[in-house]
Amino acid sequence: MKAARIFAALLATAALPAIAAPVAFTGGTVMTGAGATIENATVVVDNGRIVAVGSGVAVPTGAQTIDATGKFVTPGLVVGMSDLGIDEVGGVREANDTRAAKSPFSASLDVVPALNGRETGIAVARAGGVTRAVVAPEASRDIFAGQGALIRLSSGPDILTRGKAFQLVELGENGAEAAGGSRTASFAAFRNALDEAREYAAHRGRETGNHENLYQRADTAALVAVVEGQQPLVVHVERASDILAVLALRTDFPKLHLILLGAREGWTIADRIAAAHVPVITSAIDDLPDAFETIASTKSNVGRLAAAGVLVGLGTSGGESTNQPRNVTQFAGNLVAQGRLPGGVGLTRDQAISVITRNPAEIFGMADTGVIAPGKRADLVVWDGDPLELQSAPVAVLIDGVAQPITSRQTELRDRYLHLQHDALPLAYRP
Amino acid sequence: MRRLFLFALLGVAACATDQHPKTAGNKPAGPAEIVAIPADPYPSTYHPYPGVTTVIRGATVYDGAGRKFAPGMVRLENGKVAEVGASVAIPAGATVIEAAGKFVTPGIIDIHSHLGDYPSPGVQANSDGNEATRPNTADVWAEHSIWPQDPGFTRALSGGVTTFHILPGSANLFGGRGVTVKNVLGRTAQDMKFPGAKPSLKMACGENPKRVYGSRNISPQTRMGNIAVDRQAWSDAVIYKRKWDDYTRKAKAGTAKPVDAPKRELVNDTLMGVLNGDILVQNHCYRADEMANVIAMSKEFGYHVSAFHHAVESYKIADLLRKENICSAMWADWWGFKMESYDGIRENIALVHNAGACAIVHSDDPNGIQRLNQEAAKAIAAGRRAGIVIAPEVAFEWLSLNPAKGLGIDKQTGSLEPGKMADVVLWNGDPFSVYSRPVDVWIDGALMYDAADPNRRPRTDFELGQPGSGDVK
Repeated sequence: MKAARIFAALLATAALPAIAAPVAFTGGTVMTGAGATIENATVVVDNGRIVAVGSGVAVPTGAQTIDATGKFVTPGLVVGMSDLGIDEVGGVREANDTRAAKSPFSASLDVVPALNGRETGIAVARAGGVTRAVVAPEASRDIFAGQGALIRLSSGPDILTRGKAFQLVELGENGAEAAGGSRTASFAAFRNALDEAREYAAHRGRETGNHENLYQRADTAALVAVVEGQQPLVVHVERASDILAVLALRTDFPKLHLILLGAREGWTIADRIAAAHVPVITSAIDDLPDAFETIASTKSNVGRLAAAGVLVGLGTSGGESTNQPRNVTQFAGNLVAQGRLPGGVGLTRDQAISVITRNPAEIFGMADTGVIAPGKRADLVVWDGDPLELQSAPVAVLIDGVAQPITSRQTELRDRYLHLQHDALPLAYRP
Repeated sequence: MRRLFLFALLGVAACATDQHPKTAGNKPAGPAEIVAIPADPYPSTYHPYPGVTTVIRGATVYDGAGRKFAPGMVRLENGKVAEVGASVAIPAGATVIEAAGKFVTPGIIDIHSHLGDYPSPGVQANSDGNEATRPNTADVWAEHSIWPQDPGFTRALSGGVTTFHILPGSANLFGGRGVTVKNVLGRTAQDMKFPGAKPSLKMACGENPKRVYGSRNISPQTRMGNIAVDRQAWSDAVIYKRKWDDYTRKAKAGTAKPVDAPKRELVNDTLMGVLNGDILVQNHCYRADEMANVIAMSKEFGYHVSAFHHAVESYKIADLLRKENICSAMWADWWGFKMESYDGIRENIALVHNAGACAIVHSDDPNGIQRLNQEAAKAIAAGRRAGIVIAPEVAFEWLSLNPAKGLGIDKQTGSLEPGKMADVVLWNGDPFSVYSRPVDVWIDGALMYDAADPNRRPRTDFELGQPGSGDVK
């Protein structure tokens, strides 16, 4: 703990925003996120960007040097799906903006005004090394959940990096239920919604004269960017047949910019997904047939998809229980373990880093983060051990070159209750 | 046989002092026939599968009771742990497993599972985990909901879980009876029941009961309502017990006839079982202040809480929990999914342990149960960063011996000590590393899982003929 604090204190004085002098992290093991591990490497950060990385990199004159010997350096973690910033307490309705079951709107719902940079979960995730995240609303009444955002987990209220970053639609069991009871209904609803959006676009948003539209005007307007391929469409489906049905939608809607979410049975048709050049955001650990759409679940899914050439990133289902954003390193590590079992297909350690850094960043068009390479944003995590290991933790987190706090409400609770001996005053008087 | 059938029909068994109706049936009925509540009307039909004498050599051994042998050896014989240490005898004909670089531990025990009751797939037709129709359903038994074909059992096995406790859900104040099972698939739930393990009574504090019933305008609607309804139930149970004790005393003295026996009340059967010490209380309770209320209530009515489950705030009263000898069953880092879990911290388990109280890692989750070792690893690390250094061989108690204590089966299993059930896991690396997985799992000395042998990886009926059946999960 002490070492971590000293390290953090060093950083707090060293890495300042923008005009500060360059900072060089020396001697650490750098896992670049792009598939390489470099021993005894130097990473130079300047003006919020990475300017050099490698084993033979010279520390620029005037640069502050931070000795990272014995430590690991990775890109900041990028969580490919989450509810960070819109869910303070899952079970407290007033503090949870993930769902809007009573709203008349669907596709037009936009998480941006709901984002709260001071949500305690953001500091918790940041202390786990998460620097960027994809935030999505949850569908409830309609197949369309609405529009998600990309955030950075920097300290302070301003966390938005891109709003209206994608639309989310449910076309598996959830979608069938929301659409009226079956997949026939959800796919019909989907096609109708996109047809209405096309018609709306054709009339440039003016009255079409068609008063039988099923969708609200705002929802239809929101779907124009989807049907025109300007906004990615994240489709939650799990069953292999559902994945194929989604890929087939491009026959009628050729511009759709598809991203599959879930795809637990994707491995059974991995070559088809790869051929369609559709990336996948999924979970690493789901291996139960917990629904009829997830019968073929296995922890080999990610490994097999990757082996087939599918670009895969890890996301979380959100929430604060089994599938927390701060635990993506654990999930990725489990994929390495899977590859070490007879018959299992997993990832190498470098690949495991990529599915929680570069890949989700690339899938959501954040090409300037998720990789330690010159020119990229200086989103970095320094770890006290192998970043995939359960007992490792960040000792420093940088976002855009700025050292971030790695304390949270949880560390304050811990410090207050470390000792239970009676003091002169109640515990509530402790810091 | 005929006698037993008759007793079963009447819901009574001869001979009050005998807790085992099976033996009761074999005794000739004396003149003072005494009606008794059968202690075990749905008995275990579990039987261990055959094993061979096995010696594991060269591995690092965590015995689950705080000891480490590196390298060490373990011998399994006749279904039991025969010997553990730096060196053990190798009988002629024993199977010897060379395990250098691997780790041996006791089988993991999960004190909080809903496998079988909330099975996969999670369709309404199979959702049998919570009889949420009344605040007090102490009359229902989780074992009567178990679907033996839940694929979740096989996933837990591949995570090294050899024993677990299946509890009813937490909507009710009194959710019903929980059951301890061995993770050996059977055709019936009784085939899985851990022989001789006491049942539990699942209780719940906090948000769930008050929300579920309060929203129906039924008491409880508040936390004070929770305690009030609890206390009335215990008070009624005390009277019930008094009636049965009085009847039994008189019947033994020959002054009461079978017809004088009190009417069976299944809710109170369970609560009386707790008051008699035959049923252990497993109490879902997140907040420290509510645990304290429950402790006071348990003293008011004369019972003991075996473990608080989901005890995310145990760290706030770890000293009290140690004093009261109550285990805490905890997640490593769940928090904030509901108001009463808002103060969850990763140091909880280490802080409870450090206070000298009984710490248990539990899952409550069909995914989490597969990685309880990983949860413990996170807790070790959080503790270390807070200045609490816990050796891995000591921390393994959270996964085996302590849950065994919480379930009252620590004399039979939970550690690698001679004479105990040979419930053993061989890992391909340090169980507290993310890269490690079980490669072999023995239950009662029988090899029930082998990662390298598809014929030693069980598949439930449900998965047969389905895509991915038999795959490495």
